[in-house]
Amino acid sequence: KRIKTMQTRDLSQSVKNGGCGECQTSCVANQPCEKTNK
Amino acid sequence: MVHQYKLNGYCIVLDTYSGSVHSVDEVAYDIIERYPISSREEILSYILDKYKDRPDVTKQDVEDCLADVEELKAQGKLFSDPKEAEITAQTLKNRPTVIKALCLHVAHTCNLCCDYCFAGQGKYKGQQALMSFETGKRALDFLVENSGSRRNLEVDFFGGEPLMNFDVVKKLVAYARSIEKEKNKNFRFTLTTNGVLLDDDVIEFANREMNNVVLSLDGRKEVHDRHRVDHAGRGSYDLIVPKFQRFVQKRTNGTYYMRGTYTHENVDFTNDIFHMADLGFTELSMEPVVCAPDDPCALTKEDLPVLKEQYEILAKEMLKRKKEGRPFTFYHYMLDLAHGPCIYKRIAGCGSGTEYLAVTPSGDLYPCHQFVGEKEYRMGDIWTGVTNTELRDKFKLCNVFAHKECRDCWANMYCSGGCAANAFHATGDITGVYEYGCELFKKRIECAIMLKVAENEM
Repeated sequence: KRIKTMQTRDLSQSVKNGGCGECQTSCVANQPCEKTNK
Repeated sequence: MVHQYKLNGYCIVLDTYSGSVHSVDEVAYDIIERYPISSREEILSYILDKYKDRPDVTKQDVEDCLADVEELKAQGKLFSDPKEAEITAQTLKNRPTVIKALCLHVAHTCNLCCDYCFAGQGKYKGQQALMSFETGKRALDFLVENSGSRRNLEVDFFGGEPLMNFDVVKKLVAYARSIEKEKNKNFRFTLTTNGVLLDDDVIEFANREMNNVVLSLDGRKEVHDRHRVDHAGRGSYDLIVPKFQRFVQKRTNGTYYMRGTYTHENVDFTNDIFHMADLGFTELSMEPVVCAPDDPCALTKEDLPVLKEQYEILAKEMLKRKKEGRPFTFYHYMLDLAHGPCIYKRIAGCGSGTEYLAVTPSGDLYPCHQFVGEKEYRMGDIWTGVTNTELRDKFKLCNVFAHKECRDCWANMYCSGGCAANAFHATGDITGVYEYGCELFKKRIECAIMLKVAENEM
């Protein structure tokens, strides 16, 4: 009732499905991920 | 770790290590604030007393909200454990280093003479120089050879003013395209320009080949012309704004953004952003100046609260204009919460000195464009590769957990420990912390997340 949780990428899950390194370099938080955006 | 704040009428709770964002009401906000330090009975008593005039806040209601908090905690979305992130940081140490991005300094010279330029009017404490095609070609080969299995490679054409060496830029792009298929690589190019040499040839080329173009404009004419002058001291605003407008009008393929710099002399920088939006530019960025603390441009302690307020003003105006159907974006507010970076990226940061290197016109390698000219940060060259492996390893370990100040900071999964160049220029060490930059960064993240929450409820 009093808490709305936004849809966010689960960082602890990304330990398993992240780290491919194909994302663009940054000059970080708003970086689109190549894999999850496909 | 949890961070709570109120902004623009929203109560927001962030959970650092899961990346969760919660929009809550006042009652839940108070419950979450007290949850780590009070017993259930104490929380119940406090909330029922504080909201005794609110008929909707009943004992059952508060107990339900407490149960929700506990459920979120059990799901790892509140008060989550940093252990996973710390273990991930350890694994990064042992990952092989591959290079996936180069900043090609194709011109160490410039047709403008901006007094606040971090690159010393494009010369980076050295002599004027242009990169030859042969050096650039070798740099591209070096990138491919050292990129391992990475398919997406990035090359930024940088300076100085890269359009002062436009023929070489065109030849290098053609060469990269000629080897893409054979090497199974995908090159993404960026061009950063002051706009002086922007013409229809450049526009056509940029539309065809540049994924992104960064256009330097500081906002209002009097602000822009105060610093961005030619070698005769004449302001460049009247020359470049029509060129930028034509560029944006004809930009059919790829992205662009306007990149301004604000200084102590225009701490009301939102007016410069709004000015750019009113000129028809919709992808905007304004960055704090990087200069010596005794420079008249340097931002002061007294400026900090003003700047923080400016970021809030900007966020509110962006919401207003979005509702009016004339939106614009601001670089630091473009958060991708649902499909953003993984934890590896968030811990490692930008990859300077490891995945990303800068190449000078003579082929020397530096950790990034902001280290070029600092002799002790030379890492090697494009013919023999990275020879200063000790320095590379220092950058590799320079992640968010390398800064003791960052370990207890709620924003550490958003900023990744900050910019190594800023840390170096502020403290003399890449593992130092540029606290002024931290304060600005945290305010920007708070505003960016507030915008996401507000847009979600629109």
